[in-house]
This record gives sequence, structure tokens and C-alpha cells, in this order.
Amino acid sequence: MFVNQFLFLAAVLFCIGVYGVIARKNAVLMLMSIELILNSVNINLLTFALRNGSPDGHTFALYIIAVAAAEVGVGLGLVLLVYRNKKTISLDDLSEMRG
Amino acid sequence: MNIFSGETEVLAPLATGWFLENAWLIPVIPAIAFALIILIGKRLPMKGSELGVLSMFGSLVLSAGAGYQWIQRTNSATEEQFVAPVIKSWNWWQSGGFEFGIGQHIDGLSVLVLFVVAFISTLVQVYSLEYLRGDRRYTHFFAALTLFSGGMLAMVLADNTILFLLGWEIMGLCSFMLIGHWWEEDANSRAALKAFFTVRTGDMGLLVGISMLYFAANDWTQENLGLSGFSIRGISAWALSGEPNSTVIMIAAIALFIACIGKSGQFPLHTWLPDAMAGPTPVSSLLHSSTMVVAGVFLVARLYPVFYVGLDIPGGGGNLIVIIGGITIVISAALAFVQNDIKRVLAYSTVSQLGYMMLGLGAGAWLPAVFHIFTHAFFKACLFLGAGSISHSASHHSFDMKKDMGGLRKVMPITFVTWIVSTLALCGVFPFSGFFSKDEIIDNVGYNGYNTFMIIGLVGAFMTAAYMTRATYLTFFGEPRGASAGHADHGDAHASHDAHDNHDSHDAHDTNSASTPHESGLLITVPLMILAVLALSSGFLNATPFGESWERMKLWVEPRPAEVIEETHSGGPGESLIISLPSSEEGAAKTVCGSAQPESGVCYAPKLKHAPFKWSKAMISMVIVFLGIAISWILSVLLFTKRDPRLVGLTQRVKVLGFGHKLLVNKYYLDDFYEKVIVRTVAYPISRAAYWFNQNILDGILHGFANNTRKISGWVYKNVDQRVVDGTVNNSATFTKSVGTAAQPSQSGKVSQYGALLFSAAAVAALVLVIINT
Amino acid sequence: MMIGAALRVVTTNNVVHAALWLVVVLSGAAGQYILLAAEFVAITQVLVYIGAVMVLFLFGTMLTRARIGAESDLNNSYKKLGIPVGLIMLVAMGLALTDSFGDEKLPESATVVSTQEISDQIFGPYLLPFWALSFVLLAAVVGAIVLARKD
Repeated sequence: MFVNQFLFLAAVLFCIGVYGVIARKNAVLMLMSIELILNSVNINLLTFALRNGSPDGHTFALYIIAVAAAEVGVGLGLVLLVYRNKKTISLDDLSEMRG
Repeated sequence: MNIFSGETEVLAPLATGWFLENAWLIPVIPAIAFALIILIGKRLPMKGSELGVLSMFGSLVLSAGAGYQWIQRTNSATEEQFVAPVIKSWNWWQSGGFEFGIGQHIDGLSVLVLFVVAFISTLVQVYSLEYLRGDRRYTHFFAALTLFSGGMLAMVLADNTILFLLGWEIMGLCSFMLIGHWWEEDANSRAALKAFFTVRTGDMGLLVGISMLYFAANDWTQENLGLSGFSIRGISAWALSGEPNSTVIMIAAIALFIACIGKSGQFPLHTWLPDAMAGPTPVSSLLHSSTMVVAGVFLVARLYPVFYVGLDIPGGGGNLIVIIGGITIVISAALAFVQNDIKRVLAYSTVSQLGYMMLGLGAGAWLPAVFHIFTHAFFKACLFLGAGSISHSASHHSFDMKKDMGGLRKVMPITFVTWIVSTLALCGVFPFSGFFSKDEIIDNVGYNGYNTFMIIGLVGAFMTAAYMTRATYLTFFGEPRGASAGHADHGDAHASHDAHDNHDSHDAHDTNSASTPHESGLLITVPLMILAVLALSSGFLNATPFGESWERMKLWVEPRPAEVIEETHSGGPGESLIISLPSSEEGAAKTVCGSAQPESGVCYAPKLKHAPFKWSKAMISMVIVFLGIAISWILSVLLFTKRDPRLVGLTQRVKVLGFGHKLLVNKYYLDDFYEKVIVRTVAYPISRAAYWFNQNILDGILHGFANNTRKISGWVYKNVDQRVVDGTVNNSATFTKSVGTAAQPSQSGKVSQYGALLFSAAAVAALVLVIINT
Repeated sequence: MMIGAALRVVTTNNVVHAALWLVVVLSGAAGQYILLAAEFVAITQVLVYIGAVMVLFLFGTMLTRARIGAESDLNNSYKKLGIPVGLIMLVAMGLALTDSFGDEKLPESATVVSTQEISDQIFGPYLLPFWALSFVLLAAVVGAIVLARKD
């Protein structure tokens, strides 16, 4: 199997995730897109770990998973709080600036 | 030492001494005293006058010492040897190729005049201690008096014409300051200005003459003597060397003489001298009788070779100097007859006697003229101080003879006796000093071939005797009038005399004397007596009647006309001279100085003729003098005391006499001529033109400039300030605002927008990086 | 398959559908991990991600009253910007990848990385990040509780 395959896959996922971050209105959906990005990064890491023959990549991938979990937890908590106060989680409406 | 061998011989060095070598101290001491008086005089116990008196006394001692050593010097020289003056020069400053130096040139003439100036200055300063007591500007008076003495002494000593000019000008300045001492009275300040400007007119001649002499003589003097064209010794030698162009030296001599006309009050610039009597009497006696006014005579005597050659004095025809001198003698003597102010009589007398001196110099009678300076100083100063004594103690500061004097011989014996002695000296009566000087002038004038002028001199002697008798009679004889009679008439007295402002001393005066005339105090009478004694005895210093051995002045003072060859000598001039004499076996060396070009060496003085004294000639002049005294006495008695009806009002009755009287009273209308005609036609148009120039051109430039500046600044305001500067400021603000407004949307608060921006930027960056690196 | 699922995540109008498609992506990722001889990571992924995180997501969706079923467009105005951005990124990365790695092949007989090795790494060189991570988790837990409190 080619290295490129996995890397390409990771790249595509990454780009889709980026698109999702930009284009999604719902805060939760945006968070989901971020998960996509993180996963693509994981794939990348593991590919290189295998290529280089060292377990460093695995370690990091584990770390990333842990961090992602924490982040989602906190993020959703924030979203909930915002929902409580503003009654909406549409990112378009969540601006108080006049720009 | 036998020198009549016709060979060159080294002669004994001339004696010199400390006083001669250091004679430059003589003017320096008064100069330092002047500075000190100005700086600290007011705080001293005698208000600075002690510094003045002490400094003059110091100069007197130094002058006397220098004189004594000079006499020794002449004694140490052989009979025909040129007694070289003691010259010292220091280079003062250089500019543009000219070197200006200061230094001393001591010879017989210098010593004589130094002594006279120092002596009379000292006496006058002592006199002023009493005369000006309580005066409002006591300290400044002494400062100016001391400065004057310093200036004149510097001038007398000067070894170059620039220093001479400096001293001359200092004297002019001090004369101005002192005449206008009581400048609060308009008449006094006008008199001071008149004196200054009239003398200034003459000073043009001095500047022209000095420059001409410099440029003409410099080459010759540098080449032959190593001296610059300013050096007096150099100029004298140059004049006698036959080198100068006769026109050049004549014009230089005329120019210099014009300065003498101004300074020594010769016709036509004599008008300032009588008005100068507005100053205090000590000033009149010091400056305007014995010292400053002889500066012009001194100039002629000092640079005599220039005049001798330039104006062809031995020619015997008639030259500028004798003509002017002769005219001056007669016109001023005539003016003295119509004066009521005693000081003015003396002033005109001074002018007349200066005319005598000029007459003598112009006719080649150098020594009698110089001797007359000497004797005249004493008796004229005595006369002036006597007049001051009278005004101080008898006539309540009035000098009007007809109004406030008369019969004073009884109450002021000392003043009277000194006055009489000095008057007789002035008239030239044997054995008083005037006889030996004035008559010698007249005698030599005739001997040198100027016969017409000799007659003028005799006429002048007659008139001198006459007007002095008139003045004496009015003052001391007859009945006391006015203030002398004890009528304290303050109003009139103040109007016509020098005004003291300090009435305290005046009143103290009155309470002491109860306003009656009395003899003056010792500080006044002692100088009078000293001067009178000198007026009596100084004539014997050159008593020609008694033979050669009595002719001391001639021996000591007259520069000898020997040719001088100077070779390199050690120790400076005056140490040893090698003189070459023309090979002559006779006793008297025949020199060519003055008559032809010297063959070898340089001449410093021309050979002059001396008239042998004959008692017959002297008798003629004595008879004339006595006639003058007698006629004047008789007329005075008849006119003033007896009021003879034939004489009283004569000038009003007889038209011709009346016209003459009016002419004299108006001083030949010369003053009017000078002021109204010359000044008006010259000065007024110039001043009007200058005013026009100032208003229209200068102010016009100024106004135009101001207007233009205003317009320019308006333009700058509108265009630069409003448009450019303000525009920049306003537009920068607007620009910033628009940028801000444009950038505002990026701060929308929308998370997705932020994310979009972030990722798009990252995408672009990634693309760029990738492209670069591949 | 994964790519298709990912695309569905970002384009569907139904929130719950998006979550479910995300599950597909995640499990696909786990499969990839196994292919990459990272079994431990794969298991962890399944457990943590699919098990916990997705549940969290669903909870979040529920609590924020998102509509069950399709709703109006969930994409915002930047949709048009997002496509080019994504594409540019893809191009950039593609270029980089092809340029760097070309025809590189993964080693065939790769031994599976054992858990032992990973744990050696964690408790060895990468200990500090482990501790930091534990703090992060702690903070997250505390934070979540604080945030979700009703006051």
C-alpha cells in the first residue's frame, strides 16, 4: 500500500472538515467538523508512525483522542450555556458586535 | 675736544639720564590719575582732586628732572653738535602695512613745553581746589583737567604724528567738556559746541597734512633712516633733504597750518576762543591761554622744517603764516578795546599773542616764538587766575568790568600787584619777561626781511598796552561799582557770568564777608604770586641784551642745524654720533641745512638767523609801549571817571566812530557770517535732504517690506496652511476613518466568519509555501 | 466510503443525520488505524470517540432543541467561500504530498505496535504531555460541570 493513499485520505478529510467549520451554522455541527479534522490528523500521524517504525505516532494519536474528548465536553457545555442564555445556537445570530 | 679739524671723529656720547629715558611716564601718570578719578574719585575725601593735584605734581617733578638732564645733555655736547633728542618707540599695532607706534621724542622744545604744561597744570589744579569748592561736578572737573594735561603732555612728547594727533584730539575733547562744565546754561553748551566744531574744521587740515606727509616721506625715511613716515624726526629730516616735491610739501604745510589756525585761534577761526570764556576761570587760564592754544604753535615749531621748506620762510616775502599771524594780532587787539567782560579782554589778548607767536615762526624767528610760548604762559595764566580771583572774592562771580568792578586795588592788594606785574610783562616792558620774548620776535621779524610785519608787530604792541591799561583801569582804579561796591545783586550777577549752582557756598561766602570785596584765600593767591614772580624773572633765561652767555634758551632749546651721519651705534640713538662736518677751518661750521640739500648725512633743523640785539631797537618798542599805556590811561581817566563830555558818547555822536564801534562789538560780523551764511546754506539743505531720505526712502522701504510680508503671509495662510496642512490633517483622519470603516466588517463577532478567515488564510499560505518549495 | 460519509456530515440538513454520518466516519477511521498496524489506537478510537464523544454530541443536540428531522439550510453565507478554500487546501496538500512521497511504499511486513511499546513511550519520553493531558481532562470535567450547572 502506498503511503500516499493514507495521506491523501487524511488530506481530503481535513479539507472536508475545514469546509464544515466554515460553512455550518449550527454550533454542534461545527464541533463535529472539528472532530473530522482531528481524525484526519490521527490518520496522518499513524501513517508516519508506521513508515518510520516508531511508536511515537501512536502515543500522539492517543493524546489527540483524549484531548478531543475533553474539548468536545467543554465545547458542548459552552453551547448549552449559550443556548440557555440566547435561546439559539445559530452562529449567525450569535453576534453582538456591530461590524 | 677739538672738532674743527674737518675730519670725522667720534664724539663723546651725549649725556642721558633716567628722567630723559623715562619721560614717557610724564603723560602716563595723569592718564592713570584720570582713570582713577573717574572710578573712585567721588569716594575720596577730597573728591578726587587730590589725585589730580598729585598726578600733576608728579608730572611736574618728572618734567623738571627731564629738563635738568636735558640741560646736562646739551652741556655735554660740543658747541655745534646736533643734540639728538632722546627717542624711544614702541610698536603699537599694525594694520594693512602701516605701523603705528607710540613713543617719546624729547628734545629742548619738548622739555620746555612739558615743563610749562606741567607747571601751570599743577598751579591751576591747586587754584581750582578753592575756586570750584562745592561745585556740582567737582570730581568730573578734575578728571577732565587731568585728562587734558595727560593729552597735552602726550602730544608734546609724541615721536610720531599719529600719537601727536591723538593728544591733539584728547585736548579738543577735554576743552569741550571743560568749557561746557556748567552746561545747564544754554550759552555755555553752545560755546563748547562752537569751540569743538571750529577746531574740528581746522583738524581736517591736520589729518590731510599728516597723511600727505606720510605718503610723501615714507619711502625716503624708511630708506635713509629706517623710520616710518609718521615719525616726526623722519619727517623733519625728509623735509630738509631736498627730496620733497615743493608743491607737495607746500600743500602739506598749508594743511597743517589750517589745523593750527583752528586750534590756536588765528584769523579766521578765532571766533571760538572768546566764547570759550564761558568755562570756569581755571579752564580759561590753563587751556585757553597757556597750554592748549599753543598746541598749534607747537605743531609749527615741532615740524618746523616742513613749514620752513614748504612755505619758503627764508624767502622773506610774505607767507601764509606771517600774514595770518599779522592779521590776527591787529584784529583781535582791536576787538579787545570794546569788551566789558574782563575774561574776554584776556581772551582777545591771548589770540593776539598767539598771532605774535605765529608771526615769529612764520618769519624764521623760531627761538623767540618758542620763548614767547614760555613767558606768555606764565603771565597770561597769572592774568586769568587774577580775573578769577576778582570774580571769586570781589565781584560776586561777575566778570563785567563796567558793572561790577572798580577800585579794587585797595581791597585786593595781592591780586592787584600780580596783575600789574603780568600786564607789564604782557606789554613787553623791560625787565619783565615779555620784553625778552615779544620784542625779540618783533626784532627778528624785521631782521629776517619781513619789514611790513615788523611794523604790524609794533602796532600790535601799542594796542596791547592800550587795551590792557583800559582793562586795568576799569578793574582796579576808579570808584567801585556794582558788586564791588557791596551791592549783592544776585540777579544780574548770575546772568552774565559762570553760574555756580551751589548757593550754599555762595551764602556762606556772604555771611563770611558780608558781601564786601576782599582778598582771596591762599589757595588762590599763592599760585598768583608764583606766576607773577615767573612773569618777572623767566625772561632772564634768554636775555639777549646781556650777551650770549645769558642766552640759555637758545643753547638748550634750539635745535642745531648740523648734518648728522648716523652709523650703526650701540645702545640706540643719542648714545654716540659720528658727525661729519664740512671741511671748514673757521670757527662757525657752515652747514647747509635749510638752504640747500645736505651733501652727506641728514639735517634735522634748518639754520636760522638771529638778530643781534641793539638797544636802539629796543628803545623804539619801549617808547611805543609807554605811549600806549599813557594815552590809554589818560583816555580811561577822562572817559570813565571824569566823564569828560567830549568823550562820553563819542561813538554815538560821530558816525564813523559809531560804525567802527558797532563793527567791533559784532566781532566783524564773522560769527554771523559763519553761523547764518555758511552753516545755513550748507547744513540745512543737507539735513533736509537727509530727512527726506529717511522719511521717503528708508521708511518707504520699511513700509513696503511690511506690506509685502503681510501679503505673503496671507497667501501662505490660505494656500499652505489651509489647503495643504489642514488638508493633510483632515484627510488623514478621514482616511483612517474610512480604513476603519472598511475593516469593520472583519470584527463581526461571527465565529464562522472568523473560522473562514482563518482557514482561508491558512490555505493561501499553504499554497504559497508549497509552490515555493517545490 | 469514509470520504462519502464525511461529505454527508458537512452537507446534510439534518443534525442527527450528521451525527450518524460522523459515526460512520469515525468507525472508518478505526478501520484505517487497524490497517496501519495501530490496533490499540483503533480500539481506543472506537471506545472513546464513538462511544463517548458521539453520545455527547447527541446529548448536546437534544439539549439544544435542534429539530428532529430535516430543517432549513444549516449552512451559512460562507458556504461559497468554503469550497474554494477547501479545494485550495486540497491542491496544496496534494502537491506537497506527491512531491514529497511519490511512490513510497509502506513497509510490508510491519509488526503491530504493541501496547507495551506505546505505554513505554507514554511513561517514558512523553510523560510530561501525559500529565498535562490529565490536567486538561480534569479541567474539562470540572469545567463541564460548572458550565452545566443551573444557577
